[in-house]
Formats: sequence, C-alpha cells, structure tokens
Amino acid sequence: MTTQPATAQRPTTGDRHVVVVGGGMVAQRLVEALRDRDSTGTWHVTVLAEEPRAPYDRVALTSYFEGRDPEALALGDPALWKDPLVTLVRDALVVDIDRQARTVRAADGRTWAYDELVLATGSRAFVPPFPGTDLPGVFVYRTIDDVAALRGWVEQASERLGRPARGAVIGGGLLGLEAAGALRALGAYSTVVQFGTHLMSAQIDLGGGEALRRLINSTGVAVRLNSTTTRIRPDRQGNARRMDFADGGRLEADVVVVATGIAPRDELARACNLPIGPRGGVVVDSGCHTEDPHIWAVGEVACIDGACIGLVAPGYAMAEVVTDRLLGGAAEFPGADTATKLKLAGVDVASFGDAFGTTPGALEVVHSDPVAGVYKKLVLSDDGRTLLGGVLVGDASAYASLRPMVGRELPGDPSAYILPEGGAPAEGLELPDDATVCSCNNVTAGSIRSAVTEHGCTDLAGVKACSKAGTSCGSCLPLVKKITGTELERAGIEVSTALCEHFDMSRRQLFDAVRVTGLTTFTDIISRHGRGRGCDICKPVVASILASLDDGHVLEGERAALQDTNDHVMANLQKDGTYSVVPRIPGGEVTPEGLLVIGQVAKDFGLYTKITGGQRIDMFGARLEQLPDIWTRLVDAGFESGHAYGKSLRTVKSCVGSTWCRYGVQDSVGLAVALELRYRGLRSPHKIKLGVSGCARECAEARGKDVGVIATDKGWNVYVGGNGGFTPRHAQLLAEDLTTDELVQVVDRYLMYYIRTADRLQRTAPWMEEVEGGLEGVRQVILEDSLGIVDDLDEAMSRHVDAYQDEWRATLEDPDKLRRFASFVNAPTTPDPTLAYVAERGQARPATDAERDGTAGPVLVAGTTLEVRS
Amino acid sequence: MSIQTAPAPGDPTAETWDVVCLLDDLLPERGVAALVHDTQVAVFRLHDDTVLAVQQRDPYSGANVLSRGIVGTRTVDGTEVPTIASPMYKQVFDLRTGTCLETVGQNPRHLRTWPVRVVAGVVEIGTPA
Repeated sequence: MTTQPATAQRPTTGDRHVVVVGGGMVAQRLVEALRDRDSTGTWHVTVLAEEPRAPYDRVALTSYFEGRDPEALALGDPALWKDPLVTLVRDALVVDIDRQARTVRAADGRTWAYDELVLATGSRAFVPPFPGTDLPGVFVYRTIDDVAALRGWVEQASERLGRPARGAVIGGGLLGLEAAGALRALGAYSTVVQFGTHLMSAQIDLGGGEALRRLINSTGVAVRLNSTTTRIRPDRQGNARRMDFADGGRLEADVVVVATGIAPRDELARACNLPIGPRGGVVVDSGCHTEDPHIWAVGEVACIDGACIGLVAPGYAMAEVVTDRLLGGAAEFPGADTATKLKLAGVDVASFGDAFGTTPGALEVVHSDPVAGVYKKLVLSDDGRTLLGGVLVGDASAYASLRPMVGRELPGDPSAYILPEGGAPAEGLELPDDATVCSCNNVTAGSIRSAVTEHGCTDLAGVKACSKAGTSCGSCLPLVKKITGTELERAGIEVSTALCEHFDMSRRQLFDAVRVTGLTTFTDIISRHGRGRGCDICKPVVASILASLDDGHVLEGERAALQDTNDHVMANLQKDGTYSVVPRIPGGEVTPEGLLVIGQVAKDFGLYTKITGGQRIDMFGARLEQLPDIWTRLVDAGFESGHAYGKSLRTVKSCVGSTWCRYGVQDSVGLAVALELRYRGLRSPHKIKLGVSGCARECAEARGKDVGVIATDKGWNVYVGGNGGFTPRHAQLLAEDLTTDELVQVVDRYLMYYIRTADRLQRTAPWMEEVEGGLEGVRQVILEDSLGIVDDLDEAMSRHVDAYQDEWRATLEDPDKLRRFASFVNAPTTPDPTLAYVAERGQARPATDAERDGTAGPVLVAGTTLEVRS
Repeated sequence: MSIQTAPAPGDPTAETWDVVCLLDDLLPERGVAALVHDTQVAVFRLHDDTVLAVQQRDPYSGANVLSRGIVGTRTVDGTEVPTIASPMYKQVFDLRTGTCLETVGQNPRHLRTWPVRVVAGVVEIGTPA
C-alpha cells in the first residue's frame, strides 16, 4: 500500500499528535482524560469516528426506546469537541495503517499523520453463520442507527400486518434481554431464544437464571431455553417470517434481533500484522501497548491478559492508562471489574466478582424466594468471611454496597446482607478508602470522602461534579450519597433537613405530622411541632400543607398571615411594588369576547400587557387598591384566578390538536382544558406546569413540563419530571397508551404523591431524583400500589376537585377579605405617590432611577395619570 | 385623614402622635401601610398584640412594600426578636430596631423605626421632634 505522507493532515496546535481510531465511549473518555491532565497542551488529539455523530452512551442505548432523544445519550460536556486541541472527524472509516510512515487513511482517501496511534475500534455484533441472518427484518443491536432501524421496522410491520409485530431475540445475555425489553416497549410480542440452560449464563448461575426467567416472563417477554436456531425463513415478500430450531421447533417472527455476542473489530490491526489474540483482539501489555511502540489499543478491541472485555468500565480504565503513558507516566491496567447490573422494566439483576464460586473452597450463601421473585447468592472464601462475588436477581439494592467489598472481609453475618430488607444491615458497612465505588469512572470511597473533606463539597451534586462518581451509569449513587452524608456528619457539617430555625422537620415530615395530628392552625402546629412564631420560610410551607389537606380558602382566618404577598393578594409582586394579574385561560383556549374583556380591562386600568410562556395574558402595573376593581370586571366576564402567584398548578399548555391540525391524532386542547380545570388551585411544594401535545410532533413542548401528555394513535403517553428554567430537564416516560380516564388517574396519583413527599420548593425533576426508587419507584407506587396508598391519593385528589372554589370570586364576596387591598390603612384609595412610569413601545413601564431623577430624557407619566379612564 | 393629638407625657422621642387606625383594623402577624405626614410607614401587629412601625420603603429594592412581608421571629444571641421579611428580595429586619438581620449577600441597610402606642384600642404613631 502506498501512502503520501506529504499530504497527510496534521493539526497546527499541540507539539505532538495522537490519533484515535474509533469514536465510542472509550475514545471519548481518552480525550476527556487527556484534555484534563495534559496541562501544558503538548498533545493534539484527533478522533476518527465511523458513525456520523459524536461519541454517545451506548450502555444506555435501550433508553432510546423509552422516548428519549438521541441527544439524551450524549456523553460528557459537548464543549470538549470544541477544544482547539481536539479534532473530531465524523464519517471517517479508517481502512489502512502505514506503520512505517505513521499515517492512517480513511475509505474516502483522507490521510492523517500521527506520532502515536490509539485503536479504539470496539466490537461488532457477532452474527452466527446460519441461513437467513441477511433477510430484511433481521437486526443487530449495537448502534443508534441499529436501534432506529429496528424501531422503524417494528412500527411499519405492525401497520402492515394490522396487529402487533412478533419479535424474537436470539441470545439471552445482557444485550439480548435489553433488546427483548425494547421490543416490548415498541408494542411487539417478544420472545428470547437462549442457546444455553438459563438466561445471562455468562454472569449468573442456574438458580439466578431461573429466578430471572420468571421475572422476565412477568414483564410480558417469553423465554425459550436450550434452543439452537438453525435458520430464519422468509415470507413471500422476502422478509423474515419464521425461525427453525435444531430440536424441530419453530417460532413465528416478523422481526429478529441477533444478540449472540460481540467480536472485536481488529481488522486494521490484522492488516498491518500486529499480533492478534487467540479469540481475536489486538494483543496489548498491561500498559495497553501493542507490539508497535507507537500503537496502543483500548476498550473492547484490546486483548489484555489473553481476553477481550466487553464492558465499558475496563475500557475507561485502559483510556486512563494510555493517557498517563502519553504524558510520561507508567500506569498499568488494574485488571477488569466485570461486575454488571441490569435494569430492565423493573427487573433488577446484578453479578459481581466470582459469581460462579470457581475459587477453590468457596462457600455459597443463598437466599431464594420464588414467590417474591428474588434470588440472592454471596460467594465467600473458605473461612466464610471474605466476599468473593455474588449474584442478585429481583432485588439488587445491596449491589452498590457489596460490589466494592469484593476481596475484603464482610463485617458480621454474611446472610444479613441478602435476607429481605438486605439494604439495612449494609448501614454499618464502612468501605475502605481504596475500595472502588464508581467503577465507570474508577472513583474510590477515598476520593468521595476527600471531595467533602478537602474540596469542601457539601451535597451530592457537589460531590458528583468534583469526583465524577455516579456520573455515568448512576448505579452507585445510593452509595455515593451515603458516604457523602456520613463524611459530612463526621466533618461536623450538619446535614439538616430542618425547614428553618422554627421546625426541625423537613416539609415531608411536617406534612405527615400535620396529616396525622389533624391540626388546622399555624399556632397549634408550631406550638406542637416547632418553636417561636415562624418566618418567611416555614409559614408559606404550613399554608401550602394546610391547603393541600383541607382546601379551605387560602386567606381564611389565621392563614392569611402565613402567605407571601403574592398569595395574600392573589397577584404577582413586581419590582416597583405593583402587581401583575393573570386570569386563567384553560389550555390556552380563549374566545374573542374573552380577549376583548381582557383588552378593555388592561386599557381602562393602564396596564402593560404581555403574552406569557404558558399561553395566557399577563397584565402588569396593577396597584394593590386596584386589584378588587380589576377582578370584579374579570369575574363578571367569567374569568377566574389563574394562580400565577401560587405554588400551585399554573397552566396546561396545549397545541391545537386533532380538532384543527392536519397531523393531530387526539383532542389535545380538550384534554388540556379538562386537566387544567381538574388541578386548578391545587397547592404544591413548587409551581406545577402541564402540557398536552396532540401528536408526536410535540408542539406543546409537553416534555418540558412537570407532567407532559403526548397523544398516540392508541391514547396518551404520559411523561413526568420535566421543567425549563435554570436547570432544564426533559420529562421521562411514565406510562403509555392510556385512555383518558387512566391518564387522569395516573396524573392524580403522581401529583398527590409529589405533593405529599417533596421538599419545600423542590420541583418534580429533583424530587424524582431523590424519591425512593426514582422513576421506577414512582411507577411502582402509583401503578402497582407498592406502598398501598393509591386509594388515599385518589381520595385526596377527589376532595381537592370537589372543594375547589375560585379564590378571587370568594374574596370579592367577602368585605372582610377586601380590606387588605387598601393602599394605606388611613387613606385606602390613595395611590403610592412614588410610582412613576415611562411610555415605551406604546405601553407603560416603571421609570428607572435616572428617569426619576430627571437626569434621563423621557417625560414621566405619573402613576395617578394612569387611573381609570372613563 | 390623620388626627393629631398632644405629645404623650413620658415619651421624650415623640413630639406629635398621629392616629392611624384601630387595633382591630390590624390582623395579627400582618402589616398595613399608613401615611404619616406624607411619609409611608409600615405598621405591624404581633401575636401578643404589640404594634410596631418601620419604614414602608424596602431599602434594597426602593419599592414601598415592607408592610406586605411575612412577620415572624428569629433567635438573635439567644433572644427571640420579632422580624419582618421583605417580600421583594427576602431580607429580614428586626421589627423593634430596624436592624437588618439577614442581608441575603448584600451590604446591611437598616430601617427607620417609629414609636407606636395603643390607647384604648386606637393605634398612634409618634413623630420625633
């Protein structure tokens, strides 16, 4: 092969050039590590990626089915790829390495010169050599494109056949089970075909495999064991239709996913005569060096200690090793941690260390409960003290605590760790500093502790950012949280959940206390559960709790004194001390007559008007004493409070939906109006926003809401935990294809569960990160009633719906409540004389200090001249 | 609208006393605004019916809003003092002295206070000489 080194590309920054072939997760980690540690900017790194995108989270590929966008699989900080010392070349399939000239060439002829070359080409799906694997309808499960193609095929097949597609997955390993779950999520029937005696046979033993099969069955996935596929047969159109097995059995299948393992992509190394391992892979030493002094290999393509490892954590460790070596260090690969944890539609599976008990003399402690669907096994040394490994099926809550203890003595009775409620005894478990807690990012317990003791982190978010622990797969987060909490306590930093100096309880605890004691006044509550007379933190919390529990008027009796000014006068305080007024416009649907009323009111009271992000109209500049007059007009015209001032439901945003839109599949406006009327006035720990989109185009941006509803052909999908604002989040899929009644029940329970258990000013997204079990935990509580509280939640919501009254109408009817709208107690209708306005773009706005001083140009419009013009 | 009365014997700080409202006009632990000689004053009734007055103007935002804040208590050096939290940016002030107790990261700015007396259910604000 001839090359032209003279035309080979070389970057202009950095003294030396390292080229990484492959754009996967390990490549990404290598670039991240190099840019982090190469403080003098010696290296320019070029990544040649075959896929048309930046590295993404392949481990989370299945979540692409759960309605997440491709961007949601993005890894790390996207700014990495904008670094002047980093070049990412997409669509670059490298076909040749010239070891003499030190260049690599892509299929399209582009050539790059390197000082050092890192092979990070990963694996391809291994497809066994039986007939029919090339038929349309047969897929592998490896890249975003694979997954997107599979999704498209299943959707088309279901449409063509007029029934759910029948899917089969060949391979009952980690990937096969993920693919089977994905098929179910797409609405297809799903059967896993396993060659061996049990599922996940590489990770777990027969007993665990049997428990797993039952759990997988319960998610609606069939399992066929001991089955060797001999061919896939086509239908008349030539698409995959049927599978034949060696035992003579058959299985109808419109779509087949082959997940029988992976094979290293070592063809480049073979072509340039680098040594290859017995079962493939580029042979490297413990420093990840190949035989060529300028070529390294990392990740799944590297054959280290005689084998390739198909897990991301060891790949990350190799990336760190090569980074260190490029910078002159002598790091060595520490050996692979092959622990795995699978989370598939509520099925927990974990395996770690010597899961099969192959160590001579190893003892096994097993807890098996087929009724509960739980199988747990610990493998211990011959003296029964040192933990060697384990298998957890059905309940892997002990995984995060146990995995770092492999090779160490377990304190106490080992069976305590796997008996029911096994998470509890792990409390006393103190990890040594060198125990790895986060294997994705290789973070030890010691690093997490020093994030608190040396770097001054005081919460989980800080520790995550500082140590990177728990930032990849997140399975270690409970442990990271626990270590952080323990260390903070030790450092004397109070991890107090107290609301404020008056209450030692968190909002959730106070909510439960008030619910149990049935107290209804602040005075009773604070004398029983707190001290002093409260403050601007605890008073609104108590007001919100009382409103959630018994739905009296927010301004009734003593409660009036608990409210922020916004809730107190039912308007939103603005910077000059005036208020803004927002009438409810359910679903954003408003009649021309309604618009005229709002326009006339705004004109008569001289209010600045603006359309809000929640599809309604905000009128600014209303003085305290004007609010009742403004609302008299609005209420007479049929408007009611929009609760823009409350920690409560704000709006249900909608697109126009199937009533007008060519693409809409459901009546999104109708549902939005119904939901808004149902939840109006509902008091909560923070504001709540909902959205309803009439089709998958999602014009209502429902996934940016606390509860987002998106229409499907069959009903509604509901997403939860989204928000815009300071930390934008996309909502996550909670349930699919619901009828309207089912949807309302799910949303009722979700909101009520949030209201009862969230912290003060905690929106749904951070609440879901903290609530037990996260999204899955919420799903179990509200769909499977795992806490036995759904009747209670339903009842609480129906009480809210029955008791709702318009706060503004009730206020206007009560002379006592109207007294608070006096501008001055001794001059109730005199406007605040200091208000001053300037006209801008045809409307009034508050004057700036300079304009008030007369040092700026425009003429002032005095507050009183904006009085009602008759 | 305000009624002036003679200075109270025994209170050297006030020269004139102005009636602003009845005690019954005030809700416990809530404030009202009053105009006293064209100056805006925020008047608060505490849980024990003590009435206190500070300036209505919030020194941090410049808006006349302090009467609309939340009344509470705070423990300062072991003593419980009555407080008002500004509804604008949540600074907290000692209602008796006007001292800023919680600056929310700003420089401390304190409030002017007025003497208050309640005579036969009538609330009066004193204006110093």
